[in-house]
Amino acid sequence: MKKIITMDEAVDKIEDGMTIMVGGFLGCGSPDKIIDKLVEKGVKNLTLICNDTGFPEISVGKMVVSKQFSKMYVSHIGTNRETGRQMNEGETEVNLVPQGTLAEQIRCAGCGLGGFFTPTGVGTEVEDDKDKKVIDGVTYIYEKPLKADVAIIKGLKVDKKGNVYYNQTARNFNPIMAMAAETVIVEAEEIVEVGELDPNCVGTPHIFVNYIVGGEK
Amino acid sequence: MTLDKNQVKAVIAKRVAQELHDGDLVNLGIGLPTMVANFIPEGVDVTFQSENGLVGLGPAPEEGKEEKDLTNAGGQPVTLLPGGAYFDSATSFGIIRGGHVDATVLGALQVDEKGNLANWKIPGKMVPGMGGAMDLTVGAKKVIISMVHTQKGAPKILKDCNLPLTAKNQVNLIVTEMAVIEVTDKGLVLKELGPDTTVEDVKAATEAELIIPEKIGNFGL
Repeated sequence: MKKIITMDEAVDKIEDGMTIMVGGFLGCGSPDKIIDKLVEKGVKNLTLICNDTGFPEISVGKMVVSKQFSKMYVSHIGTNRETGRQMNEGETEVNLVPQGTLAEQIRCAGCGLGGFFTPTGVGTEVEDDKDKKVIDGVTYIYEKPLKADVAIIKGLKVDKKGNVYYNQTARNFNPIMAMAAETVIVEAEEIVEVGELDPNCVGTPHIFVNYIVGGEK
Repeated sequence: MTLDKNQVKAVIAKRVAQELHDGDLVNLGIGLPTMVANFIPEGVDVTFQSENGLVGLGPAPEEGKEEKDLTNAGGQPVTLLPGGAYFDSATSFGIIRGGHVDATVLGALQVDEKGNLANWKIPGKMVPGMGGAMDLTVGAKKVIISMVHTQKGAPKILKDCNLPLTAKNQVNLIVTEMAVIEVTDKGLVLKELGPDTTVEDVKAATEAELIIPEKIGNFGL
């Protein structure tokens, strides 16, 4: 199966109204070229699952500025005033989720689990409308899995089969998102031949990756 | 002696650093808490975690030597010390929630007598989000709040937090430029006084009830 596609073909996989996961942490490890193309395409009414909403000029923040999300699940929006404005004006439904809970919700979806019990957020507004359970004397909140139609992630080196090698802290949410979406598109800084990556250093095995773009480096 | 803004922060950061022990794994929040790393006592080997996915956080890189894929949880360029390691976000929060972090140092908008913390939301005004703070306060073995004692003269150490909570009953120690205050089952205990500070000064700047022991220590620059 041919996985390497063009940027135009990649963004065609993302349609109005879909739920998308975007890898990266404040712009580090974000699939920036796909994001730029999505801004250009102008796809709308998306639900975003991402650690944060970046900065107005950086990463997924650009899509916030061009008003492409109607709903989001994120842990932090403090670096992008536009997200706060859209939330306060009621333009976008912003669900703020503790970062560890968000990561585990994504991991659960990718691992076939029906959710988990976490102590994070007990006694705060995060527990509102959620089931609680005391296990061995500790109170936990039940949290559901979170999955997406499409995940767009970023790797430093990707081989033509789709094995991904991540660099430093650019790893963050990328590997768990690669397991939690129907369609996974990886943006590669460099595309290498099969066999060039040390199998010991593969962060996301190729079986999770549907499409590869980029590699112009 | 009146301390300027930077001296205030240095006094706090230096005192917090004395709470960290050899072999500890520590997560520092953004801002003032980050400064704690500059004051770790000689001979104390502390490993720092950054929740975006690393242990072994080193000092800021020299100008021009930043690496685009190596940042801290504030998105700023950092370095990794020899022996450091990278991991994904789920592992990072497994480390945090799983009780593998010995101490976390965080800022606060409000703290109260029960060890409740508010630092993620001022409804209608500022809603940055909780990021990793809710996980850190629940998961770290010791939660240290480092902050300036008052906000424009208004107390931040209250009887009850009135802002949305980050965590319930999780704070262990509060360090400000005026005092070191321990959160106990009986309430807040004044343990130490900062430079040129009296018990009366601390009481006047604190809304919460303070337990004043017979012996109170001192700390300084």
